[in-house]
Amino acid sequence: MFSRDRWDEILEALNANKFRTFLTAFGVFWGITILVLLLALTNGLKNGVTAGFGNFATNSMFMWTQGTSKPYKGLPKGRYFSYKIDDIAAIKSEIPNLKYVSPRNQLGGYNGANNVTRGTKSGAFEIYGDYPEFINQQPLDILQGRFISYSDINAKRKICVIGTGVQKGLYDKDEDVLGTYIKVNGVNFLVVGTFKMSNSQGDGEQDASTIYMPFTTFGQAFNRGENVGWMAITAVDDVSITALKQQVFDLMKFRHKVDPTDDRAIGHFDLSEQFGRINGLFSILSLVGYFVGALVLMSGIIGISNIMLIVVKERTKEIGVRRALGASPWSIKSQILQESLILTILSGMVGISFAALVIWVMNTILDSVGPVDNFANPSVSMEVVFTALIILIVSGVLAGLIPANSATKMKPVDALRIE
Amino acid sequence: MIEIKDLHKSYHMGSNSLHVLKGINFNVKEGELVSIMGSSGSGKSTLLNILGMLDEADEGQYILDGVPIKNLNEKIAAKYRNEFLGFIFQSFNLINYKSALDNVSMPLYYKGVKRKERTEKAMHYLEKVGLAQWSHHLPSELSGGQKQRVAIARALASDPKVLLADEPTGALDTKTSYEVMELIQGINDEGKTILVVTHEDDIAHMTKRIVNLKDGLIIDDSPVEQIRASAHV
Repeated sequence: MFSRDRWDEILEALNANKFRTFLTAFGVFWGITILVLLLALTNGLKNGVTAGFGNFATNSMFMWTQGTSKPYKGLPKGRYFSYKIDDIAAIKSEIPNLKYVSPRNQLGGYNGANNVTRGTKSGAFEIYGDYPEFINQQPLDILQGRFISYSDINAKRKICVIGTGVQKGLYDKDEDVLGTYIKVNGVNFLVVGTFKMSNSQGDGEQDASTIYMPFTTFGQAFNRGENVGWMAITAVDDVSITALKQQVFDLMKFRHKVDPTDDRAIGHFDLSEQFGRINGLFSILSLVGYFVGALVLMSGIIGISNIMLIVVKERTKEIGVRRALGASPWSIKSQILQESLILTILSGMVGISFAALVIWVMNTILDSVGPVDNFANPSVSMEVVFTALIILIVSGVLAGLIPANSATKMKPVDALRIE
Repeated sequence: MIEIKDLHKSYHMGSNSLHVLKGINFNVKEGELVSIMGSSGSGKSTLLNILGMLDEADEGQYILDGVPIKNLNEKIAAKYRNEFLGFIFQSFNLINYKSALDNVSMPLYYKGVKRKERTEKAMHYLEKVGLAQWSHHLPSELSGGQKQRVAIARALASDPKVLLADEPTGALDTKTSYEVMELIQGINDEGKTILVVTHEDDIAHMTKRIVNLKDGLIIDDSPVEQIRASAHV
């Protein structure tokens, strides 16, 4: 269908009136640019907002205990209880499809008093007792040394891994960190590693003011015994934690003699559910982007259709001549169709490229001014580009259909008579 | 070459009906150079359009080179036009954004001839009409006479059985008209069948036979002594 001769024919026809071709193409160019930009901006917003979740594994929940609200088995209501370390093993063995179950304990936090000292320097930091798996749930970039290991857990070694914020607060520049000791609530810990948050946004500063140490060491050093402050539970990739969490709650209620109907005894935050809600919101936003973009594109398509109609009208006589020379109706029709198709696709490609350029400029500016709240890395996937291309091809054909039909509707003898 | 029997054609405009051709009978043998004359409204253009398969007769028979022409759909009509006929128009009807060469090769393009062969053939016909050195010029860069010669080259390009010329000299001055007629006579001398519609006596007398139309009927059909256009140039 697209022989070289046909190409020449089409390019000649499009070249015959360059300015008009340009104006016509501009409508589609603009439409597709807006479509792609809208989707990129939606994506940027999504990236920005979801960055607020940090990069914690999203199919996770956090679970802690609250006072019971119902008496049960002779125990009063308002009773406080605590998860124990053997709850972890119980959860792991009785509930399938869980990837990680990490017990955690915590010291310090927002507006806490100074709790860490090193020589004459001191600072208020968040201190966590964790298991080695935790780094799989909360990705960290280890800058120096290592993270906690199971031999640390078993030997209850007094070691810790500190964030860049801690390093800044307690050490001089260029000072060696590994192998030094810091005093946490009066207990000395050996620093074995430093980290920063992986591509952090927003809370990076606070997250990096964090100290991790082995869970067992934490329990012993700070008198927590077998108690677990809270848990971070991640499900395997194709099972939602939201679907599994009730089983976990039931198990915990059973093990801690809590009324099975007492929903207030266990507190939790379902990251997956929250994340899903936000994802849902952005799916709708993307849909709006497609919708609005497609509408703008449609006005461009109507423009092409319109111009092609005028072109056909203007070239009525030429079409008559061509038919007198032996052009079949189909060859006339397909030429008009292909002209509109090529015009649409070419201008669409330029539009997509232009949108890509604008996105690149936006990213460059974002990079140079640093993180902006709720907006990051506007971008579109190849999928969107292909969708846009398919929309273009379909609309190019649609735009050419009416003009192509009107081109062959007139009898050649009438077409030739037109001056 | 052309056989026409009892050809009728009328046009309907609203409730009015205009009977344009009222039973035309005539034959053209191969190699003839015929002029069709008549005042405006005599039906000569309608006749030419029917001969050119651009329009269809209501009644009657039209046989072109042994092929009955009737009930054509547009696709077949296009094919026949391409194979059998070459058109020369009063207003040249060249495509203004194509070079002379591309204009001439257009019938070959629709015939499905390969590019290289097409260009060679088109160049050959441009040489024949004496415009080889103008092959890459656009129609707007050519004079009227040159344009008509390009159009003649185009009509010849697909080597048709019959050339149909509708007032080929109508838009040209006398001197150029004679040059064009000289070319047409030359092509006829090589054996091509040519029909010329004209209302100019001098042009008609440069053909070999004059058919006179009046009110949709042939009132006179007689061979004439051909005047060579070269005598006037």
